[in-house]
Amino acid sequence: MPAVSMAHALNQALRDAIGADDGVVVFGEDVGELGGVFRVTDGLASSFGEDRCFDTPLAEAGIVGFAVGMAMAGYRPVVEMQFDAFSYPALEQIVSHVAKTRNRTRGAVTLPMVIRIPFAGGIGGVEHHCDASEAFFAHTPGLKVVTPSSASDAYSLLREAIDDPDPVVFLEPKKLYWTKEELTLPASTEGFGRAVVRRSGRDATLLAYGPSVPVAMESAAAAASEGWDVEVVDLRTLVPLDDETMTASVRRTGRCVVLQEAQGFAGVGAEIASRVQERCFHSLHAPVLRVSGFDVPYPPPKAEHVHLPGVDRVLDAIARLQWDDAPDTTWVPEQRELAGGKA
Amino acid sequence: MSTQVSAAAVADRLLPSASPVRLLDDATPAGYARDYAMPSEQRLRSAYRAMVIGRRFDTQATALTKQGKLAVYPSSRGQEACQIAAAASLRDDDWLFPTYRDTMSLVSRGLDPIEVLTLLRGTWHCGYDSQATKTAPQCTPLATQSLHAVGLAHGQARKGRDSVALAMLGDGATSEGDFHEALNFAAVFRAPVVFLVQNNGWAISVPLAKQSAAPTLAHKGVGYGVPAEQVDGNDVAAMTSVLDTAVEHARSGGGPFLIEAHTYRLEAHTNADDATRYREDTEVEQWRGRDPLERAERYLRARGCLGDEDVRGFAEEAEEFAGSVRARMQQEPEVAPLEIFEHVFGELTPQLQEQRAQVVAEQAAEAMSEEDR
Ligand SMILES: Cc1ncc(C[n+]2csc(CCOP(=O)(O)OP(=O)(O)O)c2C)c(N)n1
Repeated sequence: MPAVSMAHALNQALRDAIGADDGVVVFGEDVGELGGVFRVTDGLASSFGEDRCFDTPLAEAGIVGFAVGMAMAGYRPVVEMQFDAFSYPALEQIVSHVAKTRNRTRGAVTLPMVIRIPFAGGIGGVEHHCDASEAFFAHTPGLKVVTPSSASDAYSLLREAIDDPDPVVFLEPKKLYWTKEELTLPASTEGFGRAVVRRSGRDATLLAYGPSVPVAMESAAAAASEGWDVEVVDLRTLVPLDDETMTASVRRTGRCVVLQEAQGFAGVGAEIASRVQERCFHSLHAPVLRVSGFDVPYPPPKAEHVHLPGVDRVLDAIARLQWDDAPDTTWVPEQRELAGGKA
Repeated sequence: MSTQVSAAAVADRLLPSASPVRLLDDATPAGYARDYAMPSEQRLRSAYRAMVIGRRFDTQATALTKQGKLAVYPSSRGQEACQIAAAASLRDDDWLFPTYRDTMSLVSRGLDPIEVLTLLRGTWHCGYDSQATKTAPQCTPLATQSLHAVGLAHGQARKGRDSVALAMLGDGATSEGDFHEALNFAAVFRAPVVFLVQNNGWAISVPLAKQSAAPTLAHKGVGYGVPAEQVDGNDVAAMTSVLDTAVEHARSGGGPFLIEAHTYRLEAHTNADDATRYREDTEVEQWRGRDPLERAERYLRARGCLGDEDVRGFAEEAEEFAGSVRARMQQEPEVAPLEIFEHVFGELTPQLQEQRAQVVAEQAAEAMSEEDR
């Protein structure tokens, strides 16, 4: 099987979608001749013509608002925001119109469109190039929010996003664009609203999504060498969220850590932790813990390692799941040493 | 001798001239209605010197990306006349609102080059003291700073100060909503602000023809009631003269002014971009033939106010400047991890204190395990 990068899988998904449906149009900044700054739209303009993949003037509100109109005219626009923080000029269009049009028109006007956003950090980018802005979108009713962590999911979820009758914010973890996977395309993975157990374990559940999934996997491997058998669940879609898989896993393990790269306060991890706690209270041996970035603007490249939650912070949290031994839930540094297996 | 066009006369005419203002090399194009004064030889000489230093700084910064000393660098090679004239048009108490590409302007304004490179080096988002230098942080989101420039200009005017704000933008940025809102606010509030659009032909891979269908970007002033002019952006004399007029117009209460400078980005968008994917070498070569430094040099030499000696002297000065930048950039920059918590609010919130304590403890634990090893 060939090794396929996530960027390539996304490119193939766009190709196949354009080929399968005359209504699919791809547009945005530099997506034409250049093929996007991350090359996700590479070659689409030359393969399918400027009608199907084209550059627009440099205006994010313009791009998204234009897409709303095209969707109203019967197209399926797939638009690209060049970097996460550059989607903010389009927030008005996304929040007030993309998300609400079905609702405002009592279903008369629907917007089958996809907003692709290279997302989150870990690539040494200067400011405004590494925001993790999933909470803005997940907090907005009417938007589906997806973030793949593997090439096969990237392909399958993007195809599904394009076919979806509703608007989808498709968050592509930048640092995973070049991560490869043995894969034959087209690939079909679990659908929207289904989480996947990436690694099974008995002692604790680690819930993660998008760019944090590889960190979760690494942490689980490290924890194993300390005698902890950690299950890793990849949420894949934040809206809709798979309560069932999360709940089943935590009921089994009795312990849960939620991992996200974004700043923690009022983030998606808070929502997840709260839902797990509501549904699994009687199975829990410890409070549900969150590991996240700090509540600071995304730091400059030379300091991003301080902000980004890595394996050590996840292991700290896993250590703190030995609730019986721990005095309270505040972060306690001495507990970093994992004490060979849970209570 | 032509006379400097009066600010009041400009305000009377909203339509930019039919072709770009040009003072070097070519005779004023036929049908060209306005006269701009040729700047003094002394000014042009110092502009030439600054361009030589600016270009050398730019090549030095580009070299630093190859050594991994900068995270990224957007070159402004080829745009020296715009960069240098912009800096020179301002008084110390005037504000500059630059973009990521305007590094050369900042250095020319006298800011410490290492502080200017901080953003691109990746140690902090802005390395200089904005308040002290009257220079806003280099703006990465496109066109957003143009509104800040308008607000600042208005605020200064309300306080009875006669300082001016200069906002720099690219051609692509003129498509953003913020640019249009800025023009409109500026006109309505008669804010003392100058918008300098460096039309370098490309917004990453997108040529101007796909960006705007207006006859020129200068025409965008008309609908808002902002007088505008287009200028040969590779002609440092024309840039100087038009910027002088625009700044004087704003300073004397005439309100905003928009300048479109026709120039060219000789290098790729940044060191990470591959320009061969979207543009022809022949186009680049054509623009090389209109080099702003060579044009200024020819003019000054012909008038006998620049000789071999001077050219050699300026080149040496530029070399020295680059050498000192290079040397200072060799030291690994100090990054204080805890600083990420320091500038979120005036005072650390309890939550941030807790998060800061976590990093302190992590560092202590790390130091300890390092000692053990
Ligand atoms: C709001 C926003 N959208 C997208 C980008 C990504 N981006 C950075 S530079 C650039 C092109 C800008 O072109 P132009 O305004 O002509 O200036 P130039 O870089 O040519 O000087 C783009 C699209 C951005 N920085 N900000």
